[in-house]
Amino acid sequence: MQFLSYLISGISLGSVYALIALGYTMVYGIAKMLNFAHGDIIMIGSYVIFFAFGSFGWNPIVAVLFSMVVCLILGIVIERVAYRPLRDAPSLAVLITAIGVSYLLQQVAQLLWTSNTKSFTSVVGLQKVTLFDGQLTISGETIVTILVCIVIMVFLTLFVNHTVPGHAMLAVSEDRGAAQLMGVNVNATISLTFAIGSALAAVAGALLCSTYPSLSPTTGAMPGIKAFVAAVFGGIGSIPGAFIGGILLGVIENLSKAYISTQLSDAIVFAVLIVVLLVKPTGLLGKKVNVKV
Amino acid sequence: MKKFVSGMLAAVMALSLAACSGNNSSDTSSAQDSQASTSEGASQATIKLGGIGPTTGGNAQYGNAVKNGEQLAVDEINAAAGYTVFELKFEDDESDPETALNAYNALKDWGMQVLVGPVTSDPSLNVASECVNDNMFMLTPSASAEDVALTGSNIFQMCFTDPNQGVVSANYIADNNLGTKIGIIYDSSDPYSTGIYTAFMAQAQELGLNIVVSDASFTADNKSDLSTQVTKCQEAGADLVFLPIYYNEASQVLIAADRIGYEPTFFGCDGMDGILGVEGFDTSLADGLMMLCPFSAFGDDETTTTFVSAYKAAYNDETPNQFAADAYDCVYAIYQALQDGAISPDMSSSEMCDALTTAFTSMTFNGTTGEGQTWDENGMISKEPKVYIIESGAYVLAD
Repeated sequence: MQFLSYLISGISLGSVYALIALGYTMVYGIAKMLNFAHGDIIMIGSYVIFFAFGSFGWNPIVAVLFSMVVCLILGIVIERVAYRPLRDAPSLAVLITAIGVSYLLQQVAQLLWTSNTKSFTSVVGLQKVTLFDGQLTISGETIVTILVCIVIMVFLTLFVNHTVPGHAMLAVSEDRGAAQLMGVNVNATISLTFAIGSALAAVAGALLCSTYPSLSPTTGAMPGIKAFVAAVFGGIGSIPGAFIGGILLGVIENLSKAYISTQLSDAIVFAVLIVVLLVKPTGLLGKKVNVKV
Repeated sequence: MKKFVSGMLAAVMALSLAACSGNNSSDTSSAQDSQASTSEGASQATIKLGGIGPTTGGNAQYGNAVKNGEQLAVDEINAAAGYTVFELKFEDDESDPETALNAYNALKDWGMQVLVGPVTSDPSLNVASECVNDNMFMLTPSASAEDVALTGSNIFQMCFTDPNQGVVSANYIADNNLGTKIGIIYDSSDPYSTGIYTAFMAQAQELGLNIVVSDASFTADNKSDLSTQVTKCQEAGADLVFLPIYYNEASQVLIAADRIGYEPTFFGCDGMDGILGVEGFDTSLADGLMMLCPFSAFGDDETTTTFVSAYKAAYNDETPNQFAADAYDCVYAIYQALQDGAISPDMSSSEMCDALTTAFTSMTFNGTTGEGQTWDENGMISKEPKVYIIESGAYVLAD
């Protein structure tokens, strides 16, 4: 029963990683760049919810939607200001810019809201569920996180495969030059990708901080890196890969914490990543899936 | 790529430093005015105090508390004396040992005579060995690792050492029969936490305490999720959970325990101080939490109330924690040595170091963090830790 409890909280943690990994993988698939500022957008989104919901007492759903809008705008602005001028620059220059944006966001957050850790009030109203005569307790946050992640994954897949902007994203990810020649607005498509990824980051932030209620300017950094690993693990550029990679990463991390060592959990996670990359250098779903977004 | 990253870091650091120094410039200029208006030369010269601590980055809350505490004490002393007795320059080290060395060198170039810092243990170890080389007096407000003071005879601590806290905690738990099964959650990547943990384990074994969970640790990199560690303690049936960790992580432990309906007695050390100030934290969860602490902002003695109200007035009504109190005491301890005539402003840093080393090992100091404190030849302070229980959002002294 304890195993089940660890497994479920691992899936919940993995769902958050998966949501964040989506942002990485979509942007990589389309713009061919690693947006290292992604983790920090989560942090900004969480702060917006913290103030909207915790301090001003807004409805939690309104607060999350508001945060999504803020992050969406932030994502587009970052892309417009920091990345678009470098569209034709070497990828290393873009990578460094992304790291710079990441630090910029962290430092701005620290100036605005100080470095003192804030305790995030959960936006999930659902009560915990007790099963098997109280042997298994699942928190409301866990259930909501897993459900939200699945719903978003389904919608995103449908969006990419069955809508015009989605097809434009597929086209740009396959061949940017050809897509442009065929009349696809590449800049608009890339902006859209950043917008979706950033809005998802706000959702991920809400779920992350509801489950693990500690919010500081560096909150997004480590989950951001883990989610990046999850994206690589699943095959960067692949949406289902991000999902599977995220869930696996969360489960491995939680189970190794529970049964092997709480100290070595990260080492085990990264060791598994190395093994997977040795066997399948493109990640779990990197080759099989032609659909790249 | 690393070079780029470090370059970026340097740029950001320079920016943040510039932002910090902006605040101080008005203080310094007014201080210079007051110095100009008084006529005496030698006896009214200024002693340059250097401070090092993380004012940015993950540990910034501790660094800023220390910076504020030191600045408050310096301002008070200067105002009372009517001239600039002390001038304080505080450098950011991001809690990084290498950056701390750079900060130390920058302060030396500025003409620092006494170092009041660093704040965290790892940077302190690095800087302490430089201080021994340079014969610079170092008084750290909060680096409690035993090795810091043992680096040299001129390294002093204002806080009590980690092993000391572990031993006292174990004794207290045994004497008061607080728990039959004890679980421990600690941060294995932090010397403060592991220092207390190791000493606690040794003492607990000696006292025959029943430790049921001793491997529920976490590291700086995976501390966002502490629920597994809490579940482990619950599974083992621990009725007391010892938390030699800082208050941020502790607040997460309390929330995680509440979510799974687990209600043991929680017992923490001085790093717990500040838990009631965590923004957004439901302080009722902390009810019944016991902690070992030299300082309580709720104390009603005159030294404490004066300090707390002055601190609140100066820093947006923020309640000072023990870091701020220790830092405040550091400056006053040096001021006491100055008033005793042990040091004079015209001394070089090396002369001042010898004089302060002699003065500190022989003087008795009363501050916000304790009465009648003395330092031994290792530079460790004699401080009586007190045990507090949190009851409805306030510290109550346990007997």
